[in-house]
Amino acid sequence: MTLKASLPALAAVSAAVALAACSSDPDNTAASGSGSSGGNSASQDDIVRINTDPYPSTYEPRESGVTLIRGGTVLDGVGGEIENGDVLIENGRIAAIGAGLEAPEGATIVDAAGRYVTPGVIDIHSHLGDYPSPGVSAHSDGNEATQPVTAEVWAEHSVWPQDPGFEHALAGGVTTLHVLPGSANLFGGRGITLRNVSARTVQGMKFPGAPYTLKMACGENPSRVYGNRGQSPATDMGNMAGYRASWIQASDYRDSWHEYWDAAEDGEDVDPPTQDLELDTLMGVLEGEILVQMHCYRADQMAQIMDMSEEFGYQVTTFHHAVEAYKIPDLLAENGTCAAVWADWGGFKMEAYDSVRENLAMTHANGACAMIHSDDANGIQRLNQEIAKALADGRRAGIDISEAEAWAWLSSNPAQALGIGDETGSLQEGYRADVVLWSGNPYSTYTRADRVWIDGVLSYDRQDTDLQPVSDFMLGQPGEGEQ
Amino acid sequence: MKQLISALAVSLTLAAPAVAQTYAVTNGRVVTNTEAGIIDNATVVVRDGDIVAVGAGADVPEDATVIDAAGGWVTPGLFAGYTQLGLIEVALEDSTTDDSAGDSPFSVALDVADGFNPAGTYIATNRIEGITRAAIYPSTGHNIFAGQGALIDTSGESDSLFQAGSFVFADLSERGARRAGGSRPAAWTFLEAALADARGYPGRFSGDHEGDALTRYDAAALLPVARGRVPLVMAVNRAADIRRAIRFQEENAPLQIVIAGASEAWMVADELAEAGIPVIIDPLEDLPSSFDALGASLQNAARLQDAGVDVAYATAPTADGYFNARLLPQHAGNAVANGVPWNDAFRAITLTPAEIYGVGDRYGALAPGYAGDVVVWDGDPLEVMSAPVAVLVDGEPTAMESRQTRLRDRYINITDDTPYAYRR
Repeated sequence: MTLKASLPALAAVSAAVALAACSSDPDNTAASGSGSSGGNSASQDDIVRINTDPYPSTYEPRESGVTLIRGGTVLDGVGGEIENGDVLIENGRIAAIGAGLEAPEGATIVDAAGRYVTPGVIDIHSHLGDYPSPGVSAHSDGNEATQPVTAEVWAEHSVWPQDPGFEHALAGGVTTLHVLPGSANLFGGRGITLRNVSARTVQGMKFPGAPYTLKMACGENPSRVYGNRGQSPATDMGNMAGYRASWIQASDYRDSWHEYWDAAEDGEDVDPPTQDLELDTLMGVLEGEILVQMHCYRADQMAQIMDMSEEFGYQVTTFHHAVEAYKIPDLLAENGTCAAVWADWGGFKMEAYDSVRENLAMTHANGACAMIHSDDANGIQRLNQEIAKALADGRRAGIDISEAEAWAWLSSNPAQALGIGDETGSLQEGYRADVVLWSGNPYSTYTRADRVWIDGVLSYDRQDTDLQPVSDFMLGQPGEGEQ
Repeated sequence: MKQLISALAVSLTLAAPAVAQTYAVTNGRVVTNTEAGIIDNATVVVRDGDIVAVGAGADVPEDATVIDAAGGWVTPGLFAGYTQLGLIEVALEDSTTDDSAGDSPFSVALDVADGFNPAGTYIATNRIEGITRAAIYPSTGHNIFAGQGALIDTSGESDSLFQAGSFVFADLSERGARRAGGSRPAAWTFLEAALADARGYPGRFSGDHEGDALTRYDAAALLPVARGRVPLVMAVNRAADIRRAIRFQEENAPLQIVIAGASEAWMVADELAEAGIPVIIDPLEDLPSSFDALGASLQNAARLQDAGVDVAYATAPTADGYFNARLLPQHAGNAVANGVPWNDAFRAITLTPAEIYGVGDRYGALAPGYAGDVVVWDGDPLEVMSAPVAVLVDGEPTAMESRQTRLRDRYINITDDTPYAYRR
């Protein structure tokens, strides 16, 4: 998958991208952006910059040790399959993958004979933490449905790290997840990519260096929510007008900052624009630093959104839900936009009425970047079964896709679409050691995740209750959070 | 890229209008759901709508149309025990839903049979995934009673609703408590008063008298429940509420209760077994989705079935029951992955639900005398990658086609030649 670089992103090199390289924390480079702190000369220290990473990740992997997972069927997440393969983990990273690897001294050896070894599952569409279990009113924190444009809110500020859903997802092999605001609004706010690790704070879960995302929503949800209140948007055309008005504002805002930075860097005595949280996020999109993750079901609406992205010079990274992606795989491919879909859900509203079970396979086979997603605290636990259904349905329709190739639908493709594709999502040397050992072929209903490693740390073991995390909330409750 | 989904299915579609009323499904791994168990290389013979022979040695009648299972699995049609099939077309479009009526003055009297649409598009999408029978449920409106449920087949024919008034559905969970006025005591008091109204029907409704809880129509509709002739299916989840339901059945003989939801049922499994109360659960429900379900666990199914409780599986609440009842085999397969023996899990989506609704002698098994609901699969039906290649309902092969497969076929080749609307 290639993400088409947008022109404004290139234009912003002097102001933004160059600064990213000055970041003191190499792990956080990708999260830095528009005019973040730093500079080359004393005079430039006075130039006002926008801090694009005010709540940095504090996640640091625990000591991983050395682990050799030996003799399993290895699916590498980018289309490769190794029979009787080995995966070596050192210092939290994949040190080697192949057959007949030598065990370093002191390595923990895991016998994977008869089992499968894959990259960890990545869910690009989750509301864990911002719509946690139990679903009580006090924790309904996913939709700031008070006005149609709330690009200023950030999902991470709603995430409750004690959501028991995280540990259930872990038992399903989920090592990384992207938590989004809901879809009530045209611009719902920023999404956040998390490691599925136990932490007391959301900062302790944030994926170091992962770019921010912007949740946008098409179609029925915004027009229903606001139309029912007698305000705009009440229609699809109102939706489009709403997005466009905001992009015009954001373009002006971006220009005003660039004018300011250019003048200030030339030594002129100029006042900076007034910072605006909402427009900061939209500007980040126009600069190519914040990835657009947009809820959109219908083919014709996705096409209009892609036209709009061209109008304002930004890229839609992924359409989420994309029930009708199978109708426009060529347009998606041409635009470099991915589709994140369910295997077989639909029918709950008009824009989901044309759901077909072959959506994922047809979209993929016709050249677009496609992936599975859950949007559901239960579905996230079995994304391997969801791609199994999609694969089987595709094959019955004559689409020939291998199990190794299809694994990208829940690993490397979502990783790419989240801007972390060079860090995780596949078992390649140097990548984060996010690994799942499955009890058998993960395309079988009967298979379960036996062990899950995150950054090389054994984080879940189905046979060992000491390695099954239990949230604060579930302590002392019936069943105490057993799977 | 486009190809025939199944040569077998297509030939069956063509064969259906012919005069032949006898079919022999041969060369299959036959799951009988009887003492005969699973029989390899067996034949199932269906004549005039009913099964007449099952076994490895069953003769293929001369006049039979042969359906070669080609080594695949042959099973009874799936019985989805908790759905809204044919009651909801587009959930968020009120104009297309007939499962609930919060503004109606009536409750128990509301009968889904009056709203069922056999032409609903999800009838076919579910049938081609192996569902041949279903219980269809009303949803609650203004009080704890949702109304009366019915039993359907998925042929899509005008007579596919084959039994009305099969049960009454009421919600005594935390949601029901809100409907009853705000608390569990309010819900149980309302239920008790409603049963008293039913027992007093028609006498206490003479002249201008009204019931304490129900209108006269509702009381009349609840009478078969009070007399134990049809079950009261009760949505409850919390262990304490399930115990209350067990007591309620004891106090109100001959009332027959079925518990639906039952998230924490594993905590009271022995009591349920002793009381002989069946439960309908979603084996995938494992999150503490509410304070009613803090003990939800993937072990629920195995523990209940171990204890001897009659268990039927549903797709709800983790998947809906109007569109994705077809996911039942996946839910059952996951029950197997979590400790339920395969035969017991498969029974929970076939024979056990049929028994719960009192039709276990006609549906849910492959044996002489049972209806000819037969599904031929390309593999283990509980494997997510398997699918039916043929589905017979009442002894007739059905089209392996739905609105969804039509859309798929329209768009499987993205080309510029014929505009899509002309592709049929």
